[in-house]
This record gives sequence, structure tokens and C-alpha cells, in this order.
Amino acid sequence: MLRIKLDRIDELLAAIAKAQTLYLPVDRSDGQAEFRKWTEGARLSNALNTVRSAKDFFFPQTEKLMEFKTEGKKIEVVDTREDCEDFVIFGVRACDARSFEILDKVYLVDPVDTFYKNRRDHATVVTMACDRPAETCFCHAYGIDMTEPGGDVTCYKQGGYLYVNANTDKGTRLVETVASLLEDGDTAELEKAKAQTKEIYAQLPLAKLSMDNFGGDKMDEYFNSPKWKELSEACLGCGTCTFICPTCQCFDIQDFNTGHGIKRYRCWDSCMYSEFTKTAGGQPRPSQLERFRQRFMHKLVYFPANNEGEFGCVGCGRCLVKCPISMNIVKVMKALEEK
Amino acid sequence: MQEAMIAKAKAMLADGTVDRVIGWKRGEFWYDITPAVFETAEEIDRDLVFDDFTAANVSKYLIKECVKGGGRILVFLKPCDTYSFNQLLKEHRIDRGMIYVVGIECYGKIDPDKIRNRGITGVKSAVNDCGTLKIETVYGTETMPAYEVMAERCLSCKSKKHVVYDELIGEDGEVTDSDRFDMVEKLENMTAQERFDFWRGELSKCIRCNACRDVCPACTCEHCVFDNDKSGIANKAPFSDFEENNFHIIRAFHVAGRCTDCGECSRVCPQNIPLHLLNRKFIKDINSLYGEYQAGADTDSRAPLTDYTQDDCEPSVVHERGVE
Amino acid sequence: MMNSCDSLIPKIGVVTDIRIDTPDVKTFRVVTPDGKKAFEHEPGQCAMLSIPGVGEAMFSITSSPTNTEYMEFSIKKCGCVTEWLHSMEVGQQITIRGPYGRPFPVETELKGKNLLFIAGGIGLAPLRSVINYCRDKRENYGSLQVIYGSRSKDDLCDYQEILDDWLKDDKMEVDLTIDREQEGWDGHVGFVPNYVKELAPTTDKTVLVCGPPIMIKFTLAGLKELGFTEQQVYTTMELRMKCGVGKCGRCNIGNKYVCKDGPVFRFDELDSLPDEY
Repeated sequence: MLRIKLDRIDELLAAIAKAQTLYLPVDRSDGQAEFRKWTEGARLSNALNTVRSAKDFFFPQTEKLMEFKTEGKKIEVVDTREDCEDFVIFGVRACDARSFEILDKVYLVDPVDTFYKNRRDHATVVTMACDRPAETCFCHAYGIDMTEPGGDVTCYKQGGYLYVNANTDKGTRLVETVASLLEDGDTAELEKAKAQTKEIYAQLPLAKLSMDNFGGDKMDEYFNSPKWKELSEACLGCGTCTFICPTCQCFDIQDFNTGHGIKRYRCWDSCMYSEFTKTAGGQPRPSQLERFRQRFMHKLVYFPANNEGEFGCVGCGRCLVKCPISMNIVKVMKALEEK
Repeated sequence: MQEAMIAKAKAMLADGTVDRVIGWKRGEFWYDITPAVFETAEEIDRDLVFDDFTAANVSKYLIKECVKGGGRILVFLKPCDTYSFNQLLKEHRIDRGMIYVVGIECYGKIDPDKIRNRGITGVKSAVNDCGTLKIETVYGTETMPAYEVMAERCLSCKSKKHVVYDELIGEDGEVTDSDRFDMVEKLENMTAQERFDFWRGELSKCIRCNACRDVCPACTCEHCVFDNDKSGIANKAPFSDFEENNFHIIRAFHVAGRCTDCGECSRVCPQNIPLHLLNRKFIKDINSLYGEYQAGADTDSRAPLTDYTQDDCEPSVVHERGVE
Repeated sequence: MMNSCDSLIPKIGVVTDIRIDTPDVKTFRVVTPDGKKAFEHEPGQCAMLSIPGVGEAMFSITSSPTNTEYMEFSIKKCGCVTEWLHSMEVGQQITIRGPYGRPFPVETELKGKNLLFIAGGIGLAPLRSVINYCRDKRENYGSLQVIYGSRSKDDLCDYQEILDDWLKDDKMEVDLTIDREQEGWDGHVGFVPNYVKELAPTTDKTVLVCGPPIMIKFTLAGLKELGFTEQQVYTTMELRMKCGVGKCGRCNIGNKYVCKDGPVFRFDELDSLPDEY
């Protein structure tokens, strides 16, 4: 497999950035990591995950859909869509890489969302295998192998080297542009390291978590579970879990009159918010219990019911770390499973 | 402490003084503790926890519980939580007669992010042995003085005194000589541009999850203006990130004079924005312009921003203070 | 600029006629700026109408697909967008996109059947599309009966059309009712669910019902008492929608999206879904 010495990784990043716009996780001063556009001197973060997931690249927090010009009773719709530039997302973890496939199941099915597809088409995803999983990880439950994260190109860190393997045509083209920096290397040690990571993972507290009791056939059983009251009791109704979640994809559409033209935006929305389903005529989810239930039923039951068993979760663990009151999908699953 | 709390809660449930208990429930790991309402002795024995990680201020849950009605509620409050409690009483958001307050001693809480930021992960357990935190992970054992990973708000704790309680478990402390305004002063001493850059840098991280608002015991509006399409300032999809910053500034104005500096906003922010500094700036200004005032210290004093005295500063102070 | 079209980007519609139906319902006639129908639809389908700067909302298309000239929307004033629509004058442009959703199965399950339409208040809007479709393709259906009620005579939607066309049509039966006695009304007085029980329609009919949730609930119960099964009764749902294409995530009942898998549901289908609407 091709590889480069880890102490030369900045050269590799610079070479990629020369060819295409490059985004990579970097450490912020507060100790957390976030994806940023590469600039001279940018250092690749060693963090397991960024606070905001990589979904932002395809499903940004806010995006303009169109503009309107109005004059008297007349309206003109201005299609402001433009072809997105080619870009590379470097250092995507296995969980986030899987989340793209889940988002695809929403945005690329008929009718295709052209805003999403445009960015998806122009992105090359370079993943980074995990070698230091955290107690909040449970990607295995969804059949994800954190040591084989996939994407267009997979990178592995081992023994002072960064190994680079192209998985797709897009990936091959990217690797070719930086081929002069790479050399061939033996992978025996890398394979050993992967096995070691898996051994460590097996000792983590959530390593035995299983999805066997969840899926599209559990609608009645779980919707009517008496556990929701207790589970949702402390929920603040904030949007933290939804916004940091790599698979949460609900949105709102809002218009803004800027004073010189009207712009229509799409922005993240959260089923945890009270006005999410509120209409002038009523509210099908009147309390936080129903809203809380919706989020987890969607991930554990409704999504698999509509998508051949695929769950709306990748086990990245962000919600386990970030929920202000530490309520999360793992606690929900364990509670629902208790008879 | 935890044993005494469990015994107290069970006794009061058993003799019918209260019919529910608000406290903290243990989680999957060592740090993921959830505020909870307990109704049975069995739940309390199994789940009630009080340790270095029970950081959440549970006073705001009383609003919901009081609305529900029913019998009396036992609530466990740390010293800083009692200020929020008093402020909620003052604003008629909760019903004192329905609540039995058990004050509990607090030595400060640990911030799990500070542990993570040291690169410590894969944690199996964390034990505080007389101020030394011992953390077992799948990658080995780590020890550190607990104060090194204590939450910022606890390091600059304003008071270990319970300003309201029906009963205490442990000792009551004193209002402490805190250095909580140091960072505000540092910001005040910056140039306007430096300060602007600081706040733009911090606030641009905001993902507008509303956790700061939703956790805030001073944010008790039934329908927030930012959620109300008809308010004209609802901005779920801001067309500029500057507009987004306004959310925090407007919120800080709205809680000014009512914020007790409990620090929940900064604790829950997923992006680690030091939101409490905005509130502290207001507190510091109020102290200097209207005289020392601590929101929540009592339930009967007039708050400076809702009271008029002839000694109040003139509006021109805005101009004078705006000069570099 | 990209060449492909996107379902979120609307067309322009011109309001060419505004009819005041009731004190809070107006019917708007919409065509494209060059005077054509914006798109073809099937009975029961919906469209997203918007006023840029105010917002977008989903409405059922009230006119029949057999109308080749224009589309009509009967809209009750109840929120931001509808208030704005009610303040419009003829000639105003709006935006329109669609059609959305699964229609009433007029060419399959409903074909050849005796049909009973039960509507309350603004609930006539989606059914009017089907009723007029069936009248225009009269040979394809058995008997047609409409039971329609509202709070008062003034709240009956499309009353002029009911008087001029439906009541004069000897190939259909129309039974009207209002909730309370009113001067100038010599027809039936009483709530729709009770009127249905009084009329006691025979169970050889397939029922299409639409109205306020409470009316639907009691009507369905009454129909069951009369011997109807859930497989015989269809309704159309309304929840908050933003995209109309099953992506924005807010109009689901269980795993079904009202915008895409509905708005038309048969009651046995709803029965298998969580009770959250």
C-alpha cells in the first residue's frame, strides 16, 4: 500500500490543497476539533471526532435556495444555484463516512435534491481509520468497522506512517495528483495494528450494544412504550443532539426580506423544537414526550422501516458527549429493551 | 453525602411529606448524569447519585413540576442552585409552598471536557480519592488533582452559601471572594477591535441549538421571541452570521439583572462558547453603576434594572463608557 | 447556473379570480402568467403556494383535474400565509409547486363504486376535486352522495356551486346540514356525524371523509355502527409541511409522510400507524 512518513503529512496536505479546496479537522483553542479549510500551517487534528459532524459539507446549517424579485403584483424567481467547486474532505471517520450513505437515502431518492447532489458530486471523501476509540463509540452496532472507514480514499496511521489507499475512481484520481510524495510500503504491521484496535474496542463499555431488538417491525411496541415519559422528563427541548448528529437531516425553509430582494433559505431544524410540527390548526406532538419519542423512533424504527433495515444512527457518540442533560440514544435503547 | 440524600429522600417519600424528589440519576458511564424526578424508594436506591459529575442545576425543572400540581416536591440544591431558586421565586415562576428544599454541600464539579482535552479517552471509571482523580481507561490509568479538571465556573465559585433551604445536608459555606470578573476585566482592557474579534470568534462557533436558552433558569418565557415568527426577530436561518451573534447579545440583555451567574449556559454549550462572560459583564456593570447586587441572593429586594432611584446613572454613561 | 430543475424551486402563478365563499374562506383561481394550468394533477393532490417573504404552505387543489383551464384553491384564513392570501387582489402573482402526494384512487379502487362523500366545513375543499371529477366521468362510478355540513349556512363552502350544479344534478344526492337553527334555513340541522347516522347510508358504498379531526372521529365511529369497515373509508390528512417531497421530516405519522405517502389514507392504513395526528 502507498504511504508517507507522518512527519511529512503537511506536505501531503499542501499538495492536495494545491489541486483542490481541502477541508480537514483542526484543533481549536478550546481543545475541540472542527473541519476547516486548509491554510498554510494547518495541522491535522488527532481528535477522534469533530464537534460538528461532516454532514455540514453536504447539508449545511443554512443555505440559500433561491431569490425573488418583486415589483407590484409581479414576482420573479431567481435560480441562484451554481455548480459547486471540487473539494476534498480529509480525515472523515468511519461513522461520518457511513452517515453520507444515510443522508443519500433521503436526499438522492426521487425527487433528487439538487442542492445536496451538487455538493456530493464534487466532493472527494478521504477517511481516516480510528486507532483510539472512545467509551462513547458504538459504530459496530451498525456494522461499521472503524479500522476500515471507506470513502473515496482510506488513510491509516501506523508506525510513523500514513498509509493511503484509493477505493474509487475519484479517489484514484486524487491519489495520482500526490503520487510523487508516496512510496510503496508493507502492510503487515498495519494489519496487526488494526487487530489491536479492535481488541481495545472490545473492552469498551458499549462494545456489546446490539440493534437486534430494533427495526421497522417494532412500531407499535416501542411507540406505545411506557418508558418515554421517564426518558423525556429531563429533556430541555434544545437542538444540540439533532445539530451535532451526522444523520439528522430535517430542515426548515424560511424567507427573508433583505430590503433589496427576498431570499429563501433552508436551515437545519429539529424535531425537538415545539414549533416543528405546530400549525395554525393544531399540534400533533403537544409535549416534549412526543417530540423526544419522534427523534428516537425515527432513528430506530421509522428509518429502517423505509430503508431496508438501515438505522438512522452511526454510533459516533457525539450525542452521548454533548447532550446537556446526558440523555441519548444508548440510554433510550437500553430502556426500551427492558421489559 | 449521597447516602444521606438517599436516606432523606426515602424518609420524606415514606412519611408522605413529599410525593416526588428532584435530583440526579446515574448514567452509562462515569459522567453522563441526568436530572431526574424520582417517585419511589426503589428508583432512588437504584439511581440517585451525587458526586463530582452531578453538575446540572435542577432548579428550573421546578417550574414544570409545580405546573403539574400534585403533592409537595423535594429538591436537592447546591449552593449556586439556590440563587436560581430564589430568582424563580421572585419572578413567581414556582410555588414555594409546594417545595421542600434540601441544601447540599458542594466542593465544585468536574468538567469532563477538561479530561477529554488531556487526550484521556476510553474511560471505564473515575474515582475521586480525597482530591485526587483516578481514571481507569482501556489505554491505562491516569491520575490528576481534581481541581485541575474542575469546571471553570466552580474554580471561580461565587458562593458556597445556601441562600434558601428548609434543611441542610452537610455544612453551609460562605459567600466567597471570587475572581469571577477577572476575564471580564481582561476583555474590558482590550481595544474595541480586539474585543470585537474575540466575540466574533467565539460566537461564530454557535450552531444555534438553543441549549443555553433552554437550560437557563432565567429564560422562562412561555414563547421565546426567537421562536415566534410574528416577533420579527425569529432567525432560525440567519442570513448573516452577525445576525446570529445578536441572539446571544439580546439574550444577555434579557437576563441582565436576573442572571444569578449559575454558569449553566457555558456548561451546556456544545461549542464551548464562554457565554457566561456576557452575563458577567452585565453583573459587573450593574455592580458598578447601581451598587453591589446579586440576583437570587434574596426574594424581596428590588432589582436595579426594574427599580428607579435618583442615584441611578444617567443614560449618558453609555457615551462616556463607549470612548476608548 | 445549473440546468436540472429542483422540486423546491417554484413556478409563478397568477391569481385570476377570487371568490368569497364564507366569512373566512376564499377560493382562488390560479394560472401561469401565459394563462395555462401550472401542472396536471389528480384528485386529492396538493400544491405548495407561497408569497415570497411571507412563507410557503401546502393546500389541497380544490378544482377537478378535468378542468383544463385553471386550478382552484379554497383556503381558510388561519395563519400568516393564509392571511396574506386573503388580502390579495386579482392579478397578484404567487409561487406554486407540485403536485404532491398520493391522490384518491379514482381510477383504481374507487372505479365503479357507489361513493359517499362526507365533509365538514373547509373539509369540502379536497373532496370537491373528487366530486367534480366523478361528475365529469359519471359513467365510471355508481351512485354519488354528498353529506356536507358546517357551523352555519354562511360557512358552507362553494354554496353557490352546490345550489346551481350539485343540487340540480339528478344523478347525485346532496344532503346538507348546519350545526344550529338559523333564519332562512329550512334544511337539516345537526352535526354531520349524527346526520350520517340518521341518513343511514347502505354499506355498499365507499366513503371519502374530510373535516375537522373531531368530526372525522365521530363520523368513523358512526359508520362502523352502520356496518362499514375501515377498508371502505378514505380520508385526507393535513400536517405541517415544508418541502412536500418527504425530506424535511416534519409531516410523518410513524414511517409514513403525509406529503408523499398521503395525504390520502384508507382508515385501515392509518390504523397500523401510531396515533399521532
